[in-house]
Amino acid sequence: MMALGALALMVSPVASGAQPERIPLVRETDSLGFTKPIPVHVSGFSGEVDGVLKQDLFFMGIQHGALEEAKFLIKGSNAGRVEGHLYDKINNQHLFGRAYAAATLRAGAHAFADDIARLLIPGVPPIAQTKMAFKAEAGIGKSEVYIADYDGANAQRATQDGSIVAQPAWAGRSMLFYTSYRLGPPVIFSHHLTTGSRVAVARHPGANISPAVSPDATKLAMILSKNGSPDLYVSELNGSNLKQLTFTRTDESSPCWSPDGRNICYVSSERGTPALYVISASGGSARRLATIGAPRATEPDWSPDGRWIAFTSQTGGFQICIVPAEGGNVVVLAEGEDPSWAPNSRALLFCRGRDHAKRLSLLDVPSRQVKDVARVLESNSQPSWAK
Amino acid sequence: MKRTYSLVVLLAVGMMLALGGTGCKKKLQNTTPLPGYRAGEVPASETPSPIIPANPGRDTAARLPPPDLGTATPVTPINPDTTGTGGIPLGNTDRSTWNEDHDTFKAEVIYFDFDKSNVRPDQVGKIKAVAERFRTMAAKALRIDGHCDERGTEEYNRALGERRALAVREALIKEGIAADLIDTRTYGEERPAEPGHNEAAWSKNRRGEFILLSPPK
Repeated sequence: MMALGALALMVSPVASGAQPERIPLVRETDSLGFTKPIPVHVSGFSGEVDGVLKQDLFFMGIQHGALEEAKFLIKGSNAGRVEGHLYDKINNQHLFGRAYAAATLRAGAHAFADDIARLLIPGVPPIAQTKMAFKAEAGIGKSEVYIADYDGANAQRATQDGSIVAQPAWAGRSMLFYTSYRLGPPVIFSHHLTTGSRVAVARHPGANISPAVSPDATKLAMILSKNGSPDLYVSELNGSNLKQLTFTRTDESSPCWSPDGRNICYVSSERGTPALYVISASGGSARRLATIGAPRATEPDWSPDGRWIAFTSQTGGFQICIVPAEGGNVVVLAEGEDPSWAPNSRALLFCRGRDHAKRLSLLDVPSRQVKDVARVLESNSQPSWAK
Repeated sequence: MKRTYSLVVLLAVGMMLALGGTGCKKKLQNTTPLPGYRAGEVPASETPSPIIPANPGRDTAARLPPPDLGTATPVTPINPDTTGTGGIPLGNTDRSTWNEDHDTFKAEVIYFDFDKSNVRPDQVGKIKAVAERFRTMAAKALRIDGHCDERGTEEYNRALGERRALAVREALIKEGIAADLIDTRTYGEERPAEPGHNEAAWSKNRRGEFILLSPPK
């Protein structure tokens, strides 16, 4: 067992020796500004660990491929526990090695993937150990909020309301906000996941729907109809200090926050068809966000790096699209709806399929590759990736 | 590019060692920690079901606070001809415990056009009929449930369903029904009346339904 502790320190000799040259940090990017995948070769792992590791790395922009193409080598084993090493293939250096005393091999693989990503893509939050919340439907009108690893594994039910739930939204990583019809009308609850305690934070007459928590987890944006039309409101997380931001006769929906918490992007049908608008979180006039190429836009989600707004376009079916946060030309990525950004602003979770038989999928934005995740109950939708 | 990568990695490894190396040595003799958790803490993934309350059914119900409508707007006299922005505010009476009668106005379902929330001229007759009968009922209230077909996105439809229910409510107010007696609820696309995936089904699913409410005995 002592060998394990020693292994974690094996990396120390690597840092000494070579004098780092003064080369500016350059990352190769594609035409949309996403970092090009770093080619690696993974060997020595088997079964679930091999699959989990490669998928984690892929959605973080580190792509397993042929040995000849690889710039880095990832080697290790998963006999009993995950043990992994990272080598710079070009300079023939051992960069990192560690054994993981995780509860499961799967957890060990995720932890190793995050360690590799922190080394190869510094400054970008790793995602292998992140969680998501989503709505799982057991039949028409019966749904509960579930939480799972970002890849759909280890799903756990968070609610047992026996009614309809909708639109889970994270506040930090241990608290959720969502709509539940448990009391009859749609009411917004806050829910501490570790204690299970819940509070109805918006229970006004009419609709209390579409909660969205500011990135610093201090404010709640939502849609209320108490004044006679579905409009955008903000409040403190406990529902106090309520302020109405829009005053239209039409319906507003799906607010999301800019990463700096200053602005809210939402959907309004003010001009007939649903379109994206941006308004200051403290109120004022809204401006329409141009989504050239997507005439009907709903379900916006602002990327954590601030560059993009992902949304659902509707032309016949649904398409997952991104548009620069300042508006402009739309990039269509895949068939599906309700995108939610990963903390790394590179991957998206979304759902696809027919109503009441939807499933969640992961999308690598630069390559547009899609991977379905495990389904819970009959239908899964409204994923929310914990940031 | 290879020099760039090497530099990045060297710097990152160096930083990791500087920040975390000594801590690891002191605290952990037999195991290597999972990043993200402090030594001694139980990682969330190791506890069997930390996010589900032990007895979610009753426990959670007991924790739900009593109806708090204190922050809602006070009831003010309504002018049915209000044409300004917004709409006619909803009343503050909490009728969540009232009895629901889904049958009395079963025949008067109001249908809508795709993606629209205005009451079609051919639907107005049903609203007049409901208003006429409701006027004769003492101590009752009405709720309008707004529904959508499956073609919009989920939260968009949830807002649209509410907008439809509110449009029917305004039409009832125009017929002279007191605003405070009419509640709305949206189900979005959650409860289709017809299960099909074609216009025949969709046209039946874009609807407003009248629920007659009676105070609990």
